Order: sequence, then structure tokens, then C-alpha cells
Amino acid sequence: MAMSFEWPWQYRFPPFFTLQPNVDTRQKQLAAWCSLVLSFCRLHKQSSMTVMEAQESPLFNNVKLQRKLPMESIQIVLEELRKKGNLEWLDKNKSSFLIMWRRPEEWGKLIYQWVSRSGQNNSVFTLYELTNGEDTEDEEFHGLDEATLLRALQALQQEHKAELITISDGRGVKFF
Amino acid sequence: MDRFVWTSGLLELNETLVIQQRGVRIYDGEEKIKFDAGTLLLSTHRLIWRDQKNHECCMAVPLSQIVFVEEQAAGIGKSAKIVVHLHPAPSNKEPGPFQSSKNSYIKLSFKEHGQIEFHRRLSEEMIQRRWENMPVSQSLQTNRGPQPGRIRAVGIVGIERKLEEKRKETDKNISEAFEDLSKLMIKAKEMVELSKSIANKIKDKQGDITEDETIRFKSYLLSMGIANPVTRETYGSGTQYHMQLAKQLAGILQAPLEERGGIMSLTEVYCLVNRARGMELLSPEDLVNACKMLESLKLPVRLRVFDSGVMVIELQSHKEEEMVASALETVSERGSLTSEEFAKLVGMSVLLAKERLLLAEKMGHLCRDDSVEGLRFYPNLFMTQS
Repeated sequence: MAMSFEWPWQYRFPPFFTLQPNVDTRQKQLAAWCSLVLSFCRLHKQSSMTVMEAQESPLFNNVKLQRKLPMESIQIVLEELRKKGNLEWLDKNKSSFLIMWRRPEEWGKLIYQWVSRSGQNNSVFTLYELTNGEDTEDEEFHGLDEATLLRALQALQQEHKAELITISDGRGVKFF
Repeated sequence: MDRFVWTSGLLELNETLVIQQRGVRIYDGEEKIKFDAGTLLLSTHRLIWRDQKNHECCMAVPLSQIVFVEEQAAGIGKSAKIVVHLHPAPSNKEPGPFQSSKNSYIKLSFKEHGQIEFHRRLSEEMIQRRWENMPVSQSLQTNRGPQPGRIRAVGIVGIERKLEEKRKETDKNISEAFEDLSKLMIKAKEMVELSKSIANKIKDKQGDITEDETIRFKSYLLSMGIANPVTRETYGSGTQYHMQLAKQLAGILQAPLEERGGIMSLTEVYCLVNRARGMELLSPEDLVNACKMLESLKLPVRLRVFDSGVMVIELQSHKEEEMVASALETVSERGSLTSEEFAKLVGMSVLLAKERLLLAEKMGHLCRDDSVEGLRFYPNLFMTQS
């Protein structure tokens, strides 16, 4: 499961698993946690997780070091990610969340750039085409999970660069 | 066990039930007998035991037969018990379960608990002796007066009664004494109010009263433990007394501080100073108040209060912040340290060692690892490593 994931030096540093009382130190610590969560989820292609899973996963639980980040602190890290736009709660109880190593706005930008580059403005695509079509094989957003894709397109919609529509076999999007 | 008589278990006229408890076993002295599971009933006149399985098997002993009662605490595998010491059976006793017994006491074992309350009620009944006031049928009345061959028994009862009366008397005296004390406390409150109003009057009419008188009055107040607001205004945050004391302390503490690396906790100072004084010991309050004046009096020692609330005395020349730099070195050399380990290495008390490490953490030089293994401090790599 760990694959060839390279843990950052902090992961082997016991204080990493204790929420630091010194404010400046804590800032650095939380920043390190956020980037670790995002790179971990990116490598493992995990776009969503439950809090329970997270607690037991090697991400927050370093078995070799015998340290785990306590639940309270995990919540603080997740809140940081939410504030930065990389996390969205999927339920009211905050038991599971969507994790996006790139913010939806950033994905939207990439997708729109591809659309413009390939001169396909004013075209309509199904969601499936965008993420799984042949044409997008070389693109970063190829294989992107639907939940994140939807949010990316919603971001573009906000900017009036796209519109989500319903077509015969599901959902689609029109780019302007 | 030969004091019990068979009975129907029904209460007589004028006899009332006080308390009952299931699951009681009777012992004849220390011996177990066949009466192992019954309900024990206490009435105003008798102690009755009825077999739980066979209600016809019911026996009683009059309370007047009881000399005194003891509690026996529960042990491992043993229930709590009440030991009942009895007078010898009267010659005209009605038939009971045992004709004779070598023991003059029985034990009641409370297998289903309830012993504490039962004992309390039984003791109460023994004191009140309600059976004496409420006559019932003749068979229950025994041992009303001295009878031949029983002088010893009466003596014990008499002693018991005397002890009881004495206890009641003492109780009464104590309550009366405390009455006086509560009156005194009310007076004391009035005195404090009076002193306060006088103090205020002094404040207003400073010119009319000589300084000497004022100082004397203020010291009276101080000896009564009243901090005088007047004094605080005149002399800053202390009185003459505290000022003198502060100067004294600075003198006494110079050498000990130097021996201990320039810093001592206030409790250490308190012990040291009072040990040296021998008599006329300082109260903690006086010590603190004197120490608060050290800085303003520009003495060579000063009081410092850490974030945690811990108070220390340091030499003016002592720079705790600089000590932090050396603490960081020590920690770095060892990778990580707990307060105890650090204290041992440096030769400091654990309390002060912890304060130094906490200060280092506050300054950003150290960070903490808090786990089941304890609290450890590490060099703050979060800041130093990119």
C-alpha cells in the first residue's frame, strides 16, 4: 500500500504527531501535514476518505515510530485543508470528505486551457469523454474522479466559461 | 444462643417494627448453626429471626437481654457481621431453639448487606430503650431490675449508661463552645469593618495623625492579616515591613543562588529562609509580598513569574534567556530529552528544568513530543529544516 511513496522527513520526527503549542511552530507543522495529506492521496489515487479510515491509515498512524496523530489534531488538519479549498465534507456529520490535491479552480483552469488549445470552444462533451476519452489521454485531468471534475466544471460555470447540461446518456458540459 | 425463645413473629400491642433485613445467618458464638438464611427483624422490644424457607421457624430475643453490640467489618469472602453480647438467660425463659449454650454472644452475618443501617437502628433502640416505656405482655419483660446472681451484669449496663450520659454531656458542651466561637466570628467581622473604616478616616485626615501612630496602626492591621489599602498607596505595593524583609532576603539569598546556578523556586526560598530563621517564621504571603518589592528596590535579586505560574527568585545577573541557548545545545546533543533527564544532566531541580525547556519552546528553539511515553523536547526542526 505504501508503494514507492516517499515520506517527508517530518513523518519520522516524533513531534510531528503532537500538535505544537507554539503558534509559529504549529503553522509550519500544519503546512507540512497538509502537503503530506495531498501528496499521499494523489499517489494512492484516493479522492475521498472517511475520518475513521484516515485515523487508521499509515498517513496519520506511523506504526514504526509508534506515534499517531490524535483525532482532535486530525480534525484541525482537515479543517486547514478545507480552508485552503482542497477538502470538502461529504456529509453533515463530517464523517467523510472529498480530498482534491488540486483545487477545483485549478482543475477548471487546466481543462479550459485544453479546450481552448484544441479549438473546441462551443463544443459539448460528456463528463466521461473529458476524463476518459482518447483525446485527453495526455492531459493531467485524464482519469480525474467525477466528484472533483464536477466541482471543477462548477468553478468554470461560475466564471461563465462553461455550463453543465443534461444530455441523453447522462451529464455533460458546454464550453464557451 | 440459649437466650432465644420461639415466637409466632407477630408483633405485640405497643411493639413496632423498626427495620428488617433478609439474608441473615446466626452464629452461636463463633459456631455456625443450622439457622443460615433468615430475615432479621428489629422491633422496639425484640430482635426476631425468621427462617426464609420455613416461616414457622421463628425466634426472638428481647432487647433488654442485650448487653452491647459491636460491628465486625466484612472481609474477603466474609460478610459483615454484628456481634450481640447477651445477658445470661433468665430462669423463667420460655422454650427456644437451644436449651443451653456455652457462649454469651451471638453473631449475625449479613449476607445480603444492610448491616450498617441495621446496626445504626439497633444502637438507637438500645439507647432509647423504648421497651421500658411501652409495656407489653409479661413474657417479654426480663431483666428490669437486679436479680440474685446477676450483679455483674447490672454493673456492665450501669457503666454503659454512664458512658452514654457522659458522651451526651460532652456533645452538649462542644455545641455550646462552638456557639461562643460563632459569636466571636461575628464580632471579628465587626472588628474588621471597624478597622477598615478607621483606615479610611486616616486616609482622609492624613495631617492629624502622626506618622509614627499611623505606622503603628498599620502594623496592627498587618498582624491581624488585613492588607491596608492606605499603606499600599503610600509605599507602593508594600509596607515598611515588607521592604525591610525584601532587603534582608536579598542578603540571605545571594550565596545560595550562586550555588544553584542563579535561580531558585520560591518554595525552595521559603524553606531555606524559614529554616535559617528558626523562630518568627515567615508566612508565604509575607514572603511573596516582600519578593514583589525586590525589583523596585533595585536589589541584586528579583522575582520572576513564568507563564505556568511558577515563581522563582533569580540573581539580577542571571539571564534565563541565555540559559535557553545552552539548553538547546544540551538537547541537540542528546537528540531529545525529558524534563527529568535534562534536570539530571544539568544538576537542576525538575521544576526549574521544565520551566527552562518550556521557555525554550516558547522562544521557538524546541518543540515537543507528547505521547504515552511522556513529554520529550526536541530541537525545533520545523523551523530550522526547510
